[in-house]
Amino acid sequence: MTVNAETRSDAGAPGDAASPGIEGQHLQGGGLADRVYDVVIKGFALCVPLLLLLLVLAITEAAWPALRQFGFGFLTSSDWDPNNQKFGAAPAIYGTIVSSIIALVIATPLAVGVAIYIAEFAPLWLRRPVAFLIDLLAAIPSVVYGLWAIFVLVPLMRTAVMPFLRDTLHLGATPLFSGPAYGPSMLSAGLILAIMVLPYISSVSREVLLAVPRSQREAALALGATRWEAIQGAVLPFAKSGIIGGIILGLGRALGETMAVTMVIGNRHEISASLFSPGYTIASLIANEFSEASGDLHLSALMAVGFILFVITLIVNGIARWLVWQTGGGRRVRA
Amino acid sequence: MKMSEAIAGMPTPPAGAPMRPSVRQREAAARTSRTLVRRRIVNNIMVALLTLSAVIATLPLLFILFHLAKSGLSSLSIDFFIKDPKSVGESGGGMANAIIGTLIVVSVGCAIGLPIGVGAGLFVSEQKHTRLATVVRFLADVLNGLPSIVMGIFAWQFLVRPVGHFSAIAGGIALAAMLVPMVTRTTEEMVALVPHALREAALALGYSRARTGLVIVLRTAMGGIVTGALVAVARIAGETAPLLFTALGNQFRSFSLSKPIAALPLQIFQYAVSPYEDWHAQAWAGALVLIAMVLTISIVARVATTSHGDGGSD
Repeated sequence: MTVNAETRSDAGAPGDAASPGIEGQHLQGGGLADRVYDVVIKGFALCVPLLLLLLVLAITEAAWPALRQFGFGFLTSSDWDPNNQKFGAAPAIYGTIVSSIIALVIATPLAVGVAIYIAEFAPLWLRRPVAFLIDLLAAIPSVVYGLWAIFVLVPLMRTAVMPFLRDTLHLGATPLFSGPAYGPSMLSAGLILAIMVLPYISSVSREVLLAVPRSQREAALALGATRWEAIQGAVLPFAKSGIIGGIILGLGRALGETMAVTMVIGNRHEISASLFSPGYTIASLIANEFSEASGDLHLSALMAVGFILFVITLIVNGIARWLVWQTGGGRRVRA
Repeated sequence: MKMSEAIAGMPTPPAGAPMRPSVRQREAAARTSRTLVRRRIVNNIMVALLTLSAVIATLPLLFILFHLAKSGLSSLSIDFFIKDPKSVGESGGGMANAIIGTLIVVSVGCAIGLPIGVGAGLFVSEQKHTRLATVVRFLADVLNGLPSIVMGIFAWQFLVRPVGHFSAIAGGIALAAMLVPMVTRTTEEMVALVPHALREAALALGYSRARTGLVIVLRTAMGGIVTGALVAVARIAGETAPLLFTALGNQFRSFSLSKPIAALPLQIFQYAVSPYEDWHAQAWAGALVLIAMVLTISIVARVATTSHGDGGSD
């Protein structure tokens, strides 16, 4: 890798006959150019840790007044009363977690199923198009999902899905599916989130499955396993931690998703057992109240919930990356 | 495991046994064929379920595109592209201000984010064995997974709060903050694909490391980097959350970097949650335009990657 001035000076480049002057300059400036180059790209690289540092600083500074005032009670209190300067993050944290769980429960089997289908079963000509369609889901902007959800998904939930779950399947007896079906609700938010995180889980799972050595499948098939048994017994255990990493990456996406959720969750500060009732997530709370925040403490309280989200997603992402890196080994797994 | 059970259950006639299978062997054989049938049924059910999941997973995309086309096309007109919004109650008008705003904010984001991202990616790949490179790579991945709203808060705290007003430049910087980690990772991947022999050849010919990096390595990887950058740009172009805190939105046409500016995703959001029918129609048209922009960029990028094979050739 390292080529020093001596080895370079006697390198008779074929092109240098035409321009000995340039070659001379180049030799003279070589060391300097290299040093400048090293410093410049290192400087760009340092921007990445610097950016994270600035993010931490910005969000901590913005959240500080509220964190100082409310302390740990901020996490557990469910008061949100800007008029009386009382703020608590519990409903937003609850909503963030519940909507993300709904999303994962719906999206995971589908996403992993598609990944297995593409990696193992789909005819060759169909693999690329199906993978392409699934990946396109990740390219659709959040606000477009939100728009579609407001005008198509939510009415559908209100008129068909929710009554079906509650009355036809008699799930209304359980607290989860009881109460009036407004439409905008935790369930609607979870459903739109499921669609949004599906491509992330699916693409990571697919890459991980494709990274499983062929011999692993062939050995199982040679022992007389059916194709599903080969996948279940020989492929999935190999890919397990990578797939879990993908699911956690999806979780990270779901936790922080803002616009689509803001548009369908109903925006209410309340912890309710029913998935039919409206709620709030951290991100939707910030997005919704930011522009009409009534004073510094209100703003700071919003930033403090943002701080909580930041910490949660940082941890979740760290774990996910670690898991995916473990399985991916040398191979790059794109997320 | 089922496999081993099946093998263990296989009737193996002992040496010197009578030709006719014993009762026990017949039972074992029957049991084996029953398990085999059951295993085949399970297999077929699983294949059917997996295929079904593929069908279900592609449905939302088709639904969304269908509704966008249906509701968007009917409210799309030439006016949409050349006129600014009318006030509530007046019909007509367009989103020219938002289209211009998106172009401005995204351009600012690219001008700042692309060079940093490419430079950082080049570093991470060229010096991949240094500790800094490992740290940068990991942090870029972590940043990639952070919610975009966090980037908005960052830009708001440092660029909006101190000056006391929202601005296009703050929006651009929030988007640049999203762009940097994405571009860092793609650049790194693409540079890693450049054959080592190429580098060595350049160095052997007397090129400095700087010149090798910029002229040989970067240029060879350029096709792939452009592709990756396009995907990243498509993603920031559709971002709303960071702009809520920075660009804010503007009902009027603005070209100033230091003033609030409209953006297509912001305007779609504001119109979608408004109570006015006219605005809903405009929101659908806006979403159609936005998705056309974003998907065109993504598809162009993807087709380009596919035709390159590994994306590493020029």
